[in-house]
Amino acid sequence: MDVVVIAKEIKRDDLLQMHYYLRLTRALEDRITALYRQGRIVGGVYTSHGMEAIAVGYASALEHDDVIAPFHRDMGAFLVRGFTPGEVLAQYLGKRTGPTKGKDGNVHMGDLKRGVFGFVSHLADNLPVAAGAALAFKIRGESRVVFAGTGDGGTSRGDFHEAMNFAAVRKLPVVFFCNNNQYAYSTPLRLQMAIPNVVDRAKAYGMPGDIVDGNDVAAVYLAAKYAIARARAGEGPTFLEFKTMRMHGHSEHDPAKYVPRELLEEWKKNDPILKAEHLLKQLGYGEETYFKEVVERVKKEIETGLEFAEQSPLPDGPEVLQGVFADRADSH
Amino acid sequence: MTTMTQVTEEVSYLEAISQALDEEMARDERVFLMGEDIGTYGGAFKITEGFLQKYGEWRVVDTPLAESGFVGAAIGAAMMGLRPVVEMQFADFISCAFDQITEVAAKNHYRWGAAVPMVIRAPFGGGVHGGPFHSECPEGWFFHSPGLKLVAPSTPYDAKGLLKASIRDPNPVIYFEHKFLYRRIKSVLPEEDFVVPLGKADVKRAGNDISVITYGAMVHLALEAAQALAKEGIDLEVVDLRTLIPFDKETIYSSVRKTSKAILLHEDNKTGGIGAEIAARLAEDCFDCLDGPILRIAPPDTPVPFSTPLEEFFLPKTSDIIIAARKLAAY
Repeated sequence: MDVVVIAKEIKRDDLLQMHYYLRLTRALEDRITALYRQGRIVGGVYTSHGMEAIAVGYASALEHDDVIAPFHRDMGAFLVRGFTPGEVLAQYLGKRTGPTKGKDGNVHMGDLKRGVFGFVSHLADNLPVAAGAALAFKIRGESRVVFAGTGDGGTSRGDFHEAMNFAAVRKLPVVFFCNNNQYAYSTPLRLQMAIPNVVDRAKAYGMPGDIVDGNDVAAVYLAAKYAIARARAGEGPTFLEFKTMRMHGHSEHDPAKYVPRELLEEWKKNDPILKAEHLLKQLGYGEETYFKEVVERVKKEIETGLEFAEQSPLPDGPEVLQGVFADRADSH
Repeated sequence: MTTMTQVTEEVSYLEAISQALDEEMARDERVFLMGEDIGTYGGAFKITEGFLQKYGEWRVVDTPLAESGFVGAAIGAAMMGLRPVVEMQFADFISCAFDQITEVAAKNHYRWGAAVPMVIRAPFGGGVHGGPFHSECPEGWFFHSPGLKLVAPSTPYDAKGLLKASIRDPNPVIYFEHKFLYRRIKSVLPEEDFVVPLGKADVKRAGNDISVITYGAMVHLALEAAQALAKEGIDLEVVDLRTLIPFDKETIYSSVRKTSKAILLHEDNKTGGIGAEIAARLAEDCFDCLDGPILRIAPPDTPVPFSTPLEEFFLPKTSDIIIAARKLAAY
């Protein structure tokens, strides 16, 4: 079906908001990359450049009480869940005002109050955790849903399979997704798995799955909405494979020479922001002057955020000793 | 059900664990169980026999054979406000869940402030002809992972009180229950609700000459040795750690300051074991009060063997303690 026809199912304001978050994500990560190149950010920087539609799309499809376990290229999901550019930049700069108070870096942020699980570098580790959160919702009879994902490489890990299996056996209200960006660091898909599509893995668990254009925010949003509704209705988990392309290196230190340039050129035409703006124009929801306004708006927000982050204090060395154990179960 | 046990009757170590689970589940609806074969079958050791009928399949959750998966699920459920207690069928299988325990459960609160109130029950230890995969003492792996609490009771009273305290603690706790003690150790327990606080060691036998610092099944070995040595005029003090992390420095130090001599006794392999750490602490903090070398009694650095003479050779014996104590008494 024509994408414009399908996108009409989405409210105008929701689409415009997703476009804003796409722009905010792109601008924030570009700013972070620039800071990294200037040596002002230490540690790794893993961006979602060219893949922003996945996180923005699925996070926008969730309700306030739902929970996410994002992939490490899901900056947009943090922003949709209410993390501000200032908080994010404070995190990258290792400041006390960041969500981890300097205990962890980059996109390893989490906050239970905003329903976001902190990312664990051991890919797929948070998928059994997500299944367990869904189990808690099911045990308590709540209509909440968990949305959790990993990359194509992460689907090779046992925890991915253990989570998918357990969730399917117990019909848990969770949606699993894979950000299939063709490469796990330098390893291409053909060395990762012997199946043409990651979604093929879902069949083994008796779980329905779908392939979605991960660069089309409307398609991501609608596929997520459908899977979330299924989970909320008690029909069990769904697996969504979002096909996309990693346009930068694994991390910003990696020039990714192992990726054929022509492949990147091809995918560049499929940029999620250009695609979203094209759709908005077709639907009559926005045009160039509006898009320029959004660019200016997010730029200001990021500069304000950067000011906050830079003025924030660094943690004191002895703070390393704080927080190993919790005093209370609800301490955040 | 175990709750029907008369208070004047002796309760086994195993029944004490079962009672603690039952009472905590009755007291707090957030408490639920997960593990392999814990439902219809009642668990490999029958600790949860009858629980499925009493609490239903959503509070006694039989899981697929996937330790990493169900430990991860417990972490998620704990962060969402439940109080999961998961059962490793044997402590040996905890290696499958090592990553979830050390990287997720242990670090979540430190990294981003998410408390993980959960308990992993791990039936550990040898002397039951279990061989290399059903006899391990894996506590050393987790002793070195900040963010976890480790518990290892030696009596029915401690087993019950420590499990209740573990369930009520806001942190991930690994509860090492000794298989050898399950049906061998019995005692009468108080009728009322009680907890044994985490982090408190217990002097199981007061003595003046030598401190034997130990935990788990080895506590009983130390008590046996103490009886034998009393006839020779050597007076052992037996300190039961009960909680391995956080360990009770005050009780350990005050015992050694009194006796001036220390033996560290455990069933885990010698190299890099808990005894090594406590010996180092004693050397750092109590050097001036020591009248003899700090001795360790622990199995050799091998897997736990199957065949009876091999396992007997492997495990510490009462005679090992007696020999070590005589050697120390000469200083």
